[in-house]
Amino acid sequence: MIELRNICKSFNGHKVLDDLNLKIETGESMVIIGRSGCGKSVTLKHIIGIMEPDAGSVLVDNINVTKLNGQDLKKFRMNFGMLFQGGALFDSLSVLENVGFQLFEYSDLSLGEIRKRVAECLAMVGLSGIENAKPAELSGGMKKRVALARAICMSPEIILFDEPTTGIDPIMGDVINDLIRRLHDTLKTTSITVTHDMKSAYKIADKIAMLYNKKIIAVGTPDEIKNSDNPVIRQFVTGSAVGPITGY
Amino acid sequence: MLSFARKVSIDSWRFTLNKIKKFFIYAGALAILLARSIFWIFASRARKFQILDQMNKIGVSSFPIIFLISLFTGMVLALQSAYQMQKVSAEMYIASLVSLSLTRELGPVLTALIVAGRCGAAITAELGTMRVTEQVEALETLSTDPVEYLVVPRFIALLVMVPLLTICADFFGIVGGYLIGVGKLNISHAMYIKMTYTPLAIKDLVTGLIKSLSFAGIICLVSCFEGLNSEGGAEGVGRATTASVVKSFVLIIVADCFFTALFYFIMR
Repeated sequence: MIELRNICKSFNGHKVLDDLNLKIETGESMVIIGRSGCGKSVTLKHIIGIMEPDAGSVLVDNINVTKLNGQDLKKFRMNFGMLFQGGALFDSLSVLENVGFQLFEYSDLSLGEIRKRVAECLAMVGLSGIENAKPAELSGGMKKRVALARAICMSPEIILFDEPTTGIDPIMGDVINDLIRRLHDTLKTTSITVTHDMKSAYKIADKIAMLYNKKIIAVGTPDEIKNSDNPVIRQFVTGSAVGPITGY
Repeated sequence: MLSFARKVSIDSWRFTLNKIKKFFIYAGALAILLARSIFWIFASRARKFQILDQMNKIGVSSFPIIFLISLFTGMVLALQSAYQMQKVSAEMYIASLVSLSLTRELGPVLTALIVAGRCGAAITAELGTMRVTEQVEALETLSTDPVEYLVVPRFIALLVMVPLLTICADFFGIVGGYLIGVGKLNISHAMYIKMTYTPLAIKDLVTGLIKSLSFAGIICLVSCFEGLNSEGGAEGVGRATTASVVKSFVLIIVADCFFTALFYFIMR
């Protein structure tokens, strides 16, 4: 289970998260929704320990992530895979080296075995035969899928998705949504997705949490969120310009 | 009037203190990066391919520009010194002046400035782009320390290649001086060679190489630090690259002054 307790985080005096609390059960697909710039990605980065909270704690299977450092943090992150918004593939490395990065770094597998595992992961995301390509030669959708293959290469227990459908066309977005859901079901992982795309959220989520005004204001199933009476949630899920959420 | 003067005085003191504080914070951050780099040199596995790749980018690719600049600097040095030396009929000392100036001072400093401008800027731009496109964060999520993976190979490559390029710059600078001395100033070949090597001692070469090692460290630390701390998209990377070159140049000149004074008092 992942638990965020009373998380506070500020950047240059500007508070982004204030007393944020969230629980994610093992094997669950949780989607965190909220407006752009409301702190969704920051929340995700706290879970994997890239960012430290100013106050509060992050517990993953009762391990306090904020107390980890050095080798313990390295080992802890082996249980995670993360898909970044822009893919964050390493420009100087080929697809093979990107997807098999951790295998090259931390396993004793031979090159042949790594090639085989990379080919398996690429096949899972619907790509094959592009091992020697460089990220610059790939389209936006392909980059996201290669990044997804990299995220699942070490068979992690928890996968984090940061805006998986941002910046790609709606059809490719739906392909990515299907992939995320399928990988979650087949690999039996805990998934946490951050998005402002409601179509994506409904498709991926077991549960949806709404981040607003620096806090999680509601957690529920997609149906509960869709039919919520809360005016903030209603405005967000319907994408209306009129309501309590004002433009800024 | 008096209170205005006092206010200006207090503001300027506050400004100066703030600048001094910022300098020490920056120096502290570089010291931490140096300590982490040294730790990872011993703690991580040797990344031979990456180190060789960086050596190629830093050393082999910089060689043509080092060759050209040092050759012409040697020539200019010979011509400028001839301007004065001929007045006192001491042309034969031009060779000694060129060789000593190059090995003790110009070779290490010119090489470091060229490498800082050419490779330091490239390192900052590369790491800065990685930072703003979340590749550095991706490295962390893949259980890899960015200092171990990105800084250490560049650190080792610079520590090896900058002194080697310095030796090349010394040699080609001397060749440039020789071409002018023998070709234009009518100093005999034998006399020029003799006057080049007679005043040269091992300590001259060694002090130059010690300087070049310290310059290599400065280039690596400043360019990597600026790159890894870039923010604000393409504009931020541009700002970081400019800052990297300017700060490297200033620190190289300051370190040169420090080491010259140190060697002067230790080895005189």
